[in-house]
Amino acid sequence: MSTVDADARPVVGRGFRLQWEPAQNAHVLLYPEGMVRLNTSAGEIMRRCDGEHTVAEIVADLERTFEATGLAGDVTAFVAFALERKWLELRS
Amino acid sequence: MNAVSPIDEARRRAGPPLWLLLELTYRCPLHCVYCSNPVEFARVEQELETHEWLRVLREARALGAVQLGLSGGEPLQRKDLEEIVAEARRLGFYTNLITSGIGLNETRIRALKEAGLDHIQLSFQDSTRELNDFLSSTRTFELKARAAELIRRHDYPMVLNVVLHRLNIDHVGEILEMAERIGAEYVELANTQFYGWAWLNRDRLLPSREQVERAEQVTRAFRERVGERMRIYFVVPDYFERRPKACMNGLGSVFLTIAPDGLALPCHSARMLPGLALPNVREASIEWIWYDSPGFNRFRGFGWMKEPCRSCPEKEKDFGGCRCQAYLLTGDAENADPVCDLSPHHHLVTEAVARAAQPQETEKPQVTEKPVLFYRDRRNSEMLSLS
Ligand code: SF4
Ligand code: SF4
Repeated sequence: MSTVDADARPVVGRGFRLQWEPAQNAHVLLYPEGMVRLNTSAGEIMRRCDGEHTVAEIVADLERTFEATGLAGDVTAFVAFALERKWLELRS
Repeated sequence: MNAVSPIDEARRRAGPPLWLLLELTYRCPLHCVYCSNPVEFARVEQELETHEWLRVLREARALGAVQLGLSGGEPLQRKDLEEIVAEARRLGFYTNLITSGIGLNETRIRALKEAGLDHIQLSFQDSTRELNDFLSSTRTFELKARAAELIRRHDYPMVLNVVLHRLNIDHVGEILEMAERIGAEYVELANTQFYGWAWLNRDRLLPSREQVERAEQVTRAFRERVGERMRIYFVVPDYFERRPKACMNGLGSVFLTIAPDGLALPCHSARMLPGLALPNVREASIEWIWYDSPGFNRFRGFGWMKEPCRSCPEKEKDFGGCRCQAYLLTGDAENADPVCDLSPHHHLVTEAVARAAQPQETEKPQVTEKPVLFYRDRRNSEMLSLS
């Protein structure tokens, strides 16, 4: 299992595009000849991955927006999962 | 209780046409022997005009279409390709160009990039120029290497698609080396599907089981060597399987193809299915075509099936396989795809595979008076569509 630093800045991977699809009422991730329909939490995480904000900032923003705490574990796990699939990459 | 006919039921359940494929033209500088374009392509005249393609894009997008394939023929033959891409991108499509690379130059790739093209897939016939020239009857190999260079320079992922068949499958190792040399990140080794032109040439193109196994082995070893650097997909020819592929995820469920003349198809080779009333975008809206036209409802759901599919527990998994293959082999598009070993016609597939195990005389590219393969060119198309 890979781990992700709290100060890493993930961004949507090259060749992927994230967009809101009204017809599917969901965020989708588009890539060559394919598509992943994201559930609400994955969509909320992905759309904050702009290469500017760190994982820690994304967690803080999500906790503020959804009035929740302790999201770091879930967010980090999802980012690691997405990095593995190249949905996200790290800006160096 | 109201009885709902199976067709109404299927129509109601149909989701949006998520995948839109525009075959912008059948014009193509190549003449591949495995081309999946319809054999009677020379009869297809009157390509849609720019404003008609743009209307198709707008209407399909409004229904929820999101992946767009632009193919042909060779889509670069259309001078308005950039305009079509720009509109597609503005509408929110993910735009994929499927090209032989011929006609791609610095000016055009820059314009395509500016128009917002997301992705390019380049197809190669073989790594050896001789065989490549043989198979496409033009000298194209160097042109393609140049196209690959342009693609990389403009920061697109290098995605190669190589169609495999009896005459080139033994070169899979060289093909992969060539792919590595030009910096491919993804390689799809797709075995020929036997429709269209490939069907006419089937007995020349079907590899033997031994060839397929050897090619898989070579691919596996190569994959281990290059690791993550290059992703390789090897698609086994379905003739060697015991279950059919879930063709198009069931006709009328996600895929919508529009042919150059505006004919709307639930699968790119469906034009051949007899009695299938196919609508044309010149005469109807995409919404009507997708949800209401008899052609698109014909093979939706399971109501049309015959035995053994009708009562088969696996029908939701493979939808009975490919309708075109069922029709080509058994003469009835409602039958099970004979690739399935539950089909009473399965022997038609195993017999073809057994024949493929026999050596053939004309294995080597050579010049003969009469073509042993039907090249996909206008003259052959006209000849073959006379009936
Ligand atoms: S398969 Fe070959 S001949 Fe057929 S359309 Fe594609 S490039 Fe042209
Ligand atoms: S009988 Fe028909 S539904 Fe069943 S596995 Fe074979 S093709 Fe699929």
